[in-house]
Amino acid sequence: MKKYNFYFMLAAAAVMLSGGCKPQGPAGVTTGGAASKVYVAPGQYDEFYNFVSGGFNGQLAVYGLPSGRLFRNIPVFSVNPENGYGYSEETKPMLNTSHGFVPWDDFHHPALSTTNGEHDGRWAFGNANNTPRVARIDLSTFRTVEIIELPNSGGNHSSPFITENTEYVVAGTRFSVPVGENRDVPISSYKENFKGTISFIKVDPQTGRMNIAFQLRTPGFNYDLSRAGKGPSHGWFFFSCYNTEQAYTLLEVNASRNDKDFIMAVNWKKAEEYLAAGKGKTEKVRYAHNVYDEKTHSASSTILEEVTVLDVMELPGIVYFLPCPKSPHGCDVDPTGEYIVGSGKLAALMPVFSFTKMQQAIANKDFEGEFQGIPVIKYESALHGEVQKPGLGPLHTEFDANGNAYTSFFVSSEIVKWNVKTLQVLDRVPTYYSIGHLCVPGGPTKKPHGKYVIAYNKITKDRYLPTGPELCQSAQLYSIDGDKMQLLLDFPTIGEPHYAEAIPAGMLKDKSVKIYPIEENQHPYVAKGEKMARVERKGNDVHVYMTAIRSHLTPDNIEGLRVGDNVYFHVTNLEQDWDVPHGFAIKGALNAELLIMPGETQTLLWKPQKAGIYPFYCTDFCSALHQEMQGYARVSPAGSGTPLKFSTGEPAAANQ
Amino acid sequence: MKKIHPTTRIVILISALAMISAFYIPLWQILMWAPQYPEGLEMKIWIDNITGDVKIISALNHYIGMRPIELSMFPEFSYMKYILAGIVAIGLLAAGFNRMAGLLVYILVIVGAGVAALLDFYMWGYNYGHNLDPNAPIVVPGMAYQPPLIGYKQLLNFTAYSGPDAGGWLFFIIALVLIAFLLLEWFKFSKSKA
Repeated sequence: MKKYNFYFMLAAAAVMLSGGCKPQGPAGVTTGGAASKVYVAPGQYDEFYNFVSGGFNGQLAVYGLPSGRLFRNIPVFSVNPENGYGYSEETKPMLNTSHGFVPWDDFHHPALSTTNGEHDGRWAFGNANNTPRVARIDLSTFRTVEIIELPNSGGNHSSPFITENTEYVVAGTRFSVPVGENRDVPISSYKENFKGTISFIKVDPQTGRMNIAFQLRTPGFNYDLSRAGKGPSHGWFFFSCYNTEQAYTLLEVNASRNDKDFIMAVNWKKAEEYLAAGKGKTEKVRYAHNVYDEKTHSASSTILEEVTVLDVMELPGIVYFLPCPKSPHGCDVDPTGEYIVGSGKLAALMPVFSFTKMQQAIANKDFEGEFQGIPVIKYESALHGEVQKPGLGPLHTEFDANGNAYTSFFVSSEIVKWNVKTLQVLDRVPTYYSIGHLCVPGGPTKKPHGKYVIAYNKITKDRYLPTGPELCQSAQLYSIDGDKMQLLLDFPTIGEPHYAEAIPAGMLKDKSVKIYPIEENQHPYVAKGEKMARVERKGNDVHVYMTAIRSHLTPDNIEGLRVGDNVYFHVTNLEQDWDVPHGFAIKGALNAELLIMPGETQTLLWKPQKAGIYPFYCTDFCSALHQEMQGYARVSPAGSGTPLKFSTGEPAAANQ
Repeated sequence: MKKIHPTTRIVILISALAMISAFYIPLWQILMWAPQYPEGLEMKIWIDNITGDVKIISALNHYIGMRPIELSMFPEFSYMKYILAGIVAIGLLAAGFNRMAGLLVYILVIVGAGVAALLDFYMWGYNYGHNLDPNAPIVVPGMAYQPPLIGYKQLLNFTAYSGPDAGGWLFFIIALVLIAFLLLEWFKFSKSKA
């Protein structure tokens, strides 16, 4: 008997050692046909553009789908020495704030503009989380063209989310903060002094120009994510809220006590009525509004000092609360606009609310109480139903065009497909590992393009070759054409991807700008031809009107600069041909280089510290004679009498 | 002198009027492709202008010492419109004159103008392709860059094509049709009348 036991244990140990009890390895998950579904042959185009937030790199990455190839990393909230964004005189104002120049931020959510609730391919908006701002990126130039700062905000996380016709971009504060004149208050006075703020940024339908139309003053807790209503629920916004406990320390514990937090439903049409009726209060604030002008190729920054505030605790009918289990994160509205999905990070189920039922509950005053004067609708009265045991740690939900929802589960590391109407779970696939956001092309719109769901993962561990302690984040592409989701591709990402959107390539491809017409260049220091290239001194400021064309810079010999000068190299790229940028760099410059697109003018400020000869050159391999595209600047000591001279292609005169 | 067949007369009239369109459509085209220009570059020659990727072509040509293409290089542009107007006028006169001699003169003028234009284009191309800046960045000994007169030619990394555009084809077809009617006049209409 003993012997039998021994053999049994030995066999059990052998099974365990052989790995029989380990979960199935990731390599076994893809099936044979996957490669051909993501293969985009050389010279062929991808089907979708995928705009992926860079998280802590502050930029917006552009990938192709289904290949996962990276095309561009658009600088938005962080400086980018490789093309001079945030370093050139023209782009420095883009990163100006009420705090001064902020060279970095944390970009979480892109939002593509819509008309009638469908993608229109005009702009992408993005949020700066740390120093609250919203940016607008032009999808014909793939450049950041506007950044607006948000006063009364801390941690601009529930942002930017847009209404059906891009009437508004909203930005809700994550941190509640003290508002008003005196902000030097004890942290422990949170309940009394700290307030939430939701900013409604109006977008000009023609130019895209943003301005803060009004702010909603809301109860002091955390506002996490948001979605606009659409179709029948157009005119409403939904925000997930956590920390209704109003904790200000150790939130991990103290903000997880309440069984339910809220989804805040905002009737913004009602807010507009109050605004029109003059119920808004003008408050003194300071925030920057930065705009890039495509004609002068320069940004300007204006500090604005007023904002109009509507207090939802005093103005009834703007805001209602829907109880939602356990610290909701995602708060997503399905394509019909009828269903609102709450994702309680710590909940074992997912509630789906019905907009129609919510409206009835409001009409019938079917409230379970109020919070700081705001009605709290009875949970059951607005509830369409609950998705039971969907997974652990639901975060975000996207939708296809067939009535299905796809929810990411951080803790159980999977995507779960379920039916919005029946609330039945239909399929689940693992992600590698710990998915955050996910994206179905057109998922947040009225007409999802479908076809794929992309997971954006926080942890990659053993998925790629290791690169020391700091590893890449990743995206994973799954087909959603069939009943079952199918993993097709892994690809690493730059930065930490949070939310992403995808749009059919055909909506952007043909309107992509190729060059800037030189005749439309209105830069104050443009040289629209080599004959206009020159050097002018104004006191200690020296302006070099330089031109670049294959394969020389004009002027390429400059003398008469002095230590202590501010030398402005205004470089105009005279090319009018597609894909011929020129670069400019000079030895010892304490900032960065310039990349100048055809027809554009950009300026590098150089402050020479020591007398000597300084080489400069074109940094973008522009032509067969790129390596010849260079020049010299001579710097003489301060106060020296070396005459100001400049030339290109002329034999050197006698030594001076 | 012998009158022409009424159909011939109408054809002459229509051809003269159709040629007025040559004031408004490109006459000739030059197309270029290279590995870096898969989409191709084009240059369109009009009665008094050159359009298309002229700046880009000039920028590329500077490597091999070819001069930038500018309107002032072509004195032809100042008088070509008068020649065309003259041809149209001769066509209208020939239709009014209604005689074989008129048709003959009209055809000779059209063909003569076409040959002269090609000869002129060849001479410009020869000069433009051979008369190079000796200080050009790239000098290939013995290499000249005369563009093709008609058809394709490989010039370093570029494949160049030269040929008629809509206006050129119009002239060519008109000439063919008129010659056909001239032959009809000689061999058919004259006999049937006789």
